[in-house]
Amino acid sequence: MNRTLTPAQSSQGAAPPPPTEPVVDVRGVSIGFDERPVFEDVSFTVMPGEMRILLGPAGIGKSVLLKLVNGLLRPDSGSIRLFGEEITQLREERLFPLRARTGMVFQEGALFDSLTIRDNVGYQLIQEQVEDEEIDSRVRQVLSFVGLEETFDMYPASLSGGMRRRVAIARALIHRPELLLYDSPTGGLDPVTSNTIIELIGKQRDVYRTSSIMVTHRLQDAFALCTHRFDTTTGTMVPLPRGQTDQRTTFLMLGEGKLMFDGTIRELLHTDNAFVREFLE
Amino acid sequence: MATSTIDRNAKQFVLTVQEYTLFAWRALINFFTPPIYWSDFLIQADVIGVGSFLIVMLTGFFTGCVLALQSTATLEAFGATSVTGRFVALTMIRELGAVLTGIMVSGRNASSMASELGSMVVTEQIDAMRALGVDPMRKLVTPRIFACITMLFFLTILANAFGILGGAAVTVVLNHQNGTQYFSMAWQGLRFPDILQGLVKPLFFGYIIASIGCFNGMKTTGGTEGVGRSTIAAVVWSSVLIIVADYLISQLMLSLFV
Repeated sequence: MNRTLTPAQSSQGAAPPPPTEPVVDVRGVSIGFDERPVFEDVSFTVMPGEMRILLGPAGIGKSVLLKLVNGLLRPDSGSIRLFGEEITQLREERLFPLRARTGMVFQEGALFDSLTIRDNVGYQLIQEQVEDEEIDSRVRQVLSFVGLEETFDMYPASLSGGMRRRVAIARALIHRPELLLYDSPTGGLDPVTSNTIIELIGKQRDVYRTSSIMVTHRLQDAFALCTHRFDTTTGTMVPLPRGQTDQRTTFLMLGEGKLMFDGTIRELLHTDNAFVREFLE
Repeated sequence: MATSTIDRNAKQFVLTVQEYTLFAWRALINFFTPPIYWSDFLIQADVIGVGSFLIVMLTGFFTGCVLALQSTATLEAFGATSVTGRFVALTMIRELGAVLTGIMVSGRNASSMASELGSMVVTEQIDAMRALGVDPMRKLVTPRIFACITMLFFLTILANAFGILGGAAVTVVLNHQNGTQYFSMAWQGLRFPDILQGLVKPLFFGYIIASIGCFNGMKTTGGTEGVGRSTIAAVVWSSVLIIVADYLISQLMLSLFV
C-alpha cells in the first residue's frame, strides 16, 4: 500500500518525542464503575503522526478510554504512558503540563457557555496570562483554520451544533497540541456538517501531522479519513488513488468489554472476528 | 434485604462524609498556594455580597421589627419596655443576624453554586477545564468559598444593623417610645463576647454554604435531573448544618466567656 500525504508545513508545539517512542502507550488497562467492568485488559499504542480511529457500538466505553488517555479518569489496573510518562499514579497537578500538550474535543463540544468564543478558544492562553493582543491574534488564526472567524465575539448559545463542534476543535488546537483526542466529533450532526468536521480533522492530520485518537461509531467518517487526504491547494479532502489508503490511519475496536481489533483498514475489512464483521455490516 | 440496604446506605454516607471532608479541606488550603484566581474571587464576592444585599437587608429589618413587636407585650408586663433596644440588639447580634443571613444566602447562593457547577459537570465543561490544564478546584471552588466567607461576614453586620433599625422603627413609630433610649439601651447592653460571637459565626456559615454548594455541584450525576437533586441537597444540607454549627459555636463561646 502506498501512502500519499502532503508534507508537514510546520513542526507544531514543543520538541516532539523521538519517533520510536509512542505518544500514547496503553497496556493492560481495565476500568469499571460501581463494580461493573466497562472493559478489561486493553492495550494499544499511538505513534507520532499516527491517527487511531476507535470504533465500537454506543455505550461500550470509547469515551471512557479517551478520558483515561488524558488522565481525566484513572484505570482500576494497567499502565498508561502519555508522552513517555506514566500517568496512572500521577497527581492531578502533575498531569496539567501533559494535558497542555494534548488537545481534546468533547462529544458535545463542552464549550463554556458563559464565555465568548474568543474567551473559550483562548481559555488556556488567558489562564497563562498571555498578552491580550497575542490571544486575539492566535484566536483569530485558529478560528480562521476552522472557518469561523466571524464568531469571535459571539456566545456558544448563538451557534449551531456543527459550529460549536468546530469551535471546540479550534480550542483544542490553540495550544498547538502534540496529541489530539476527538470524542465523536461528528456525532449527531448532519452529513454536510460532518464532512466539514472530517475535513478539519484530515487537515490537522495531513498538514500538521498531529498524532490523534478519534472516537466514532460512524464508519463513513472513519473510512473517509482512511481513503482521502487533505489537498492544500484546493483546501479540500480529495480521494487517494484507487487501492491506496493512508497507512498512518489505523483502527481499534472496542466490544464485549475488551479490545476486539487493532489494525489497518485492510485487516479490518478482511477480519474473521464475528463481532467486527457484524459491526461493519 | 433490609439489612443490606442499611449497610449500603451507611457505607455510602460515610464515603460521602469522607469525600466532603477531603473536598472542603483541599478547597481551603488551595487559597494559600498559587495560583490564586483573584478575579474569580472578586466576581464571586460581587455575586454573593452585592447580589444578596437586598434580601439580607429586608430580612434583617423585618426580623428586628418582629422582635420589637413580640417583645413589647412581654416586657410591658414587667414594666421593662425600656430594654427593648437591648433585647433586639442582643438577639440580632448573637443569634439571628448570623443565622438568618446564613440561611438566606444559603437559599440564594448554595443553590446557584450547586446548579452552576452541576450543569458544568453534566455538560463536560469541568472535564474540558481539566483537559485545558486548569484545576477546577482552584478556579471554581476556592474563590467561591473565600468570597462566601468574606461576604457573609459583612452581610451579617448589615443584617444586624438593619435589624436594630427595624426594631427602632417599631419602637418609635408604633410603640411611641423614645428612640434615644432604644439606641442607648442597645449600645449599653452589648459586650465584647456578644459581638465576637456574632462575627465568628458567619465565618463558619460562609464556609459551610459554599463548600456544601460546590461539593454537591461537583458530585452531580444523572443529567439535568441530577442538577435538580444537587441543588436541593445543597440548600437542605447547608441550612441544617448552619443550625447545627450555630448550636456548637454558641455552646463553645458561652463556655469560654461566661
